Amino acid sequence: MATATLEPDVDQSALFEFLLRIGDNALILGHRVSEWCGHAPALEEDIALANTALDLIGQTQLWLGLAGEVEGEGRSADNLAYLRDGFEFRNILLVERPNGDYGKTLMRQFLFDAWHYLLLKALKGSAEKRIADIAEKTFKEVSYHLNRSRDLVIRLGDGSAESHRRMQEALDDLWPYTGEMFVGDTIDAALAGAGIIPAPQSLKIGWDEIVADALSESTLVKPADGYMHKGGRRGVHTEHLGYILSELQFLQRAYPGAVW
Amino acid sequence: MSSEWPLWEVFIRGQHGLNHRHVGSLHAPDAEMAVNNARDVYTRRNEGVSIWVVKSSEITASAPSEKGPLFEPSNSKVYRHPTFFDIPDEVGHM
Amino acid sequence: MYAQMVKTDGTRVRSLDEMEPHERAFQERVDAGQKIEPKEWMPDGYRKTLVRQISQHAHSEIVGQLPEGNWISRAPTLERKAILLAKVQDEAGHGLYLYCAAETLGISRDEMYEQLHSGKAKYSSIFNYPTLTWADIGAIGWLVDGAAIMNQVPLQRCSYGPYARAMVRICKEESFHQRQGFDALMRMVKGIPAQKAMVQDALNRWWWPSLMMFGPSDDASVHSVQSMAWKIKQNSNDELRQKFVDQTVPQAEYLGLTVPDPDLKWNEEKGGYDFGEPDWEEFFNVIAGNGPCNAERLNARKQAWDDGAWFRDGLTAHAQKTAAHSVAAE
Repeated sequence: MATATLEPDVDQSALFEFLLRIGDNALILGHRVSEWCGHAPALEEDIALANTALDLIGQTQLWLGLAGEVEGEGRSADNLAYLRDGFEFRNILLVERPNGDYGKTLMRQFLFDAWHYLLLKALKGSAEKRIADIAEKTFKEVSYHLNRSRDLVIRLGDGSAESHRRMQEALDDLWPYTGEMFVGDTIDAALAGAGIIPAPQSLKIGWDEIVADALSESTLVKPADGYMHKGGRRGVHTEHLGYILSELQFLQRAYPGAVW
Repeated sequence: MSSEWPLWEVFIRGQHGLNHRHVGSLHAPDAEMAVNNARDVYTRRNEGVSIWVVKSSEITASAPSEKGPLFEPSNSKVYRHPTFFDIPDEVGHM
Repeated sequence: MYAQMVKTDGTRVRSLDEMEPHERAFQERVDAGQKIEPKEWMPDGYRKTLVRQISQHAHSEIVGQLPEGNWISRAPTLERKAILLAKVQDEAGHGLYLYCAAETLGISRDEMYEQLHSGKAKYSSIFNYPTLTWADIGAIGWLVDGAAIMNQVPLQRCSYGPYARAMVRICKEESFHQRQGFDALMRMVKGIPAQKAMVQDALNRWWWPSLMMFGPSDDASVHSVQSMAWKIKQNSNDELRQKFVDQTVPQAEYLGLTVPDPDLKWNEEKGGYDFGEPDWEEFFNVIAGNGPCNAERLNARKQAWDDGAWFRDGLTAHAQKTAAHSVAAE
């Protein structure tokens, strides 16, 4: 089953790498967002944000599950999530940024959602059917995430003086972590060439548009494109990831072989 | 102390062809957000097909006597349903 | 219980003959099993007692998010993480339904928060105990939610319509909560010895606080008798506690665990278990604010509320701008 449906000339390790990248984004962002549960600014928000986190955890199961299948070494989604060390994680740095205040969490979500939305939209037409199927299912969820985060960014940007100030600060702070979404490498090139994924650079125009629209409505000012941090997609992370993993993986590491 | 978000009454059409039903209420700064919040709060298990919200203060009521809310189960998050967990017969009702 | 020792203001329960016509008509409707709805006449004491009881119940739900929320980031598998998050999210939902039910009685949610944050309003004693291991998450589902269900199932028939309806929705969801807890423990007791030891340790720590959830014996309490006459309480605390023990002990045996009560034994004659007395001094201390986590829990709630003020105000400001704009455009 693992290789039967693949294009013959596609490198399995490249495919595995891509699935880790998309799966780890969902895992780490889902983890971050779930940290809010019980601490959000209003009950309605607490519930809504938990829905986003639940969607992302579900998506993690799908992507990492497929990654394990493609790898063909018997690793499950849980094995991949709980038993890899930081240098083996492939998420972009943006999703491991600390939550900050609620505004920063929403801004991070919006910047990510706009990209995630475009990525999944393109993946619905992937030449790899298993990827297209997951994209089809998760695209609906992510469309809603984007509606919600976009709406809140606009409202808070064009809200009170303080909410405007906080949202601008969040935007300025997170902006240098957005460039990584659009930088391709040889893995991307191989998969894009085979029609399995879109080239990362190709999503930039659409993303710029979504972001520019929302920012203009929100009265927030788009920061200049200066230096952009990167490294997550090849396993070079910020210090924050280690702390996330030490919590995430605690039980699996402390009780090797235990079933939960 | 800041002012509280107004209270909204939420009505959900559970399936095509059925009436909207009152399912509860919630707080939101305006109608649009009330609809969004209602989606997140009141359709966690049942996918409603349509949501109405109306400000509680806008409702004119006769002497009230209504029935309880209806629940339409769905399987989108299967673990939310008690039957997802197999509890052995010996354990008894749970 | 989630609402413990709710006071009713009265000093004794009056008979129908002693009541004014309004109150008498009200009591007769309650006696006939009819629901009382928000705009209808109700005795002041009934209203006040309900506000206390429902808001205490609501506070318990949202403070109750915290001990379990602790473990969302440390859940051992993706599925357990999703289940726990969904469960804690449900608790926020239950809090929301209950606050809304209380709001129909003429108090705002912000006022209720204010009472919680100032320490004036109480919440269930159980949430002032710490969650120290993953087995505590299973134990809370099994024992704490199990105890809560004992009380909440009869509350679906309570006389106040909005409260009864909220309880219907809540009970539907609680069964998932108890089962997921038991399911997590079942998996662990079948696992490696360290897991089973973790489960026994959790039972040792959660057993007595769970029994205390029902509150001290209230057979002689005028508040309890009045609440029962109003049908906002259906069973005595001792009755529910007995039922809980009778249901839970065989489940503990199924899991191969030892209930930490040397006095526990089956009483053939009464068809139920005899069991020891909880440490009520500890209970009153926890209620008075001296439990292991009272300060942390309250601070976490206050901080979430204070830190979120700018967010709520920002959205209000936007809504006002938009409303003003659409008026100007008309």
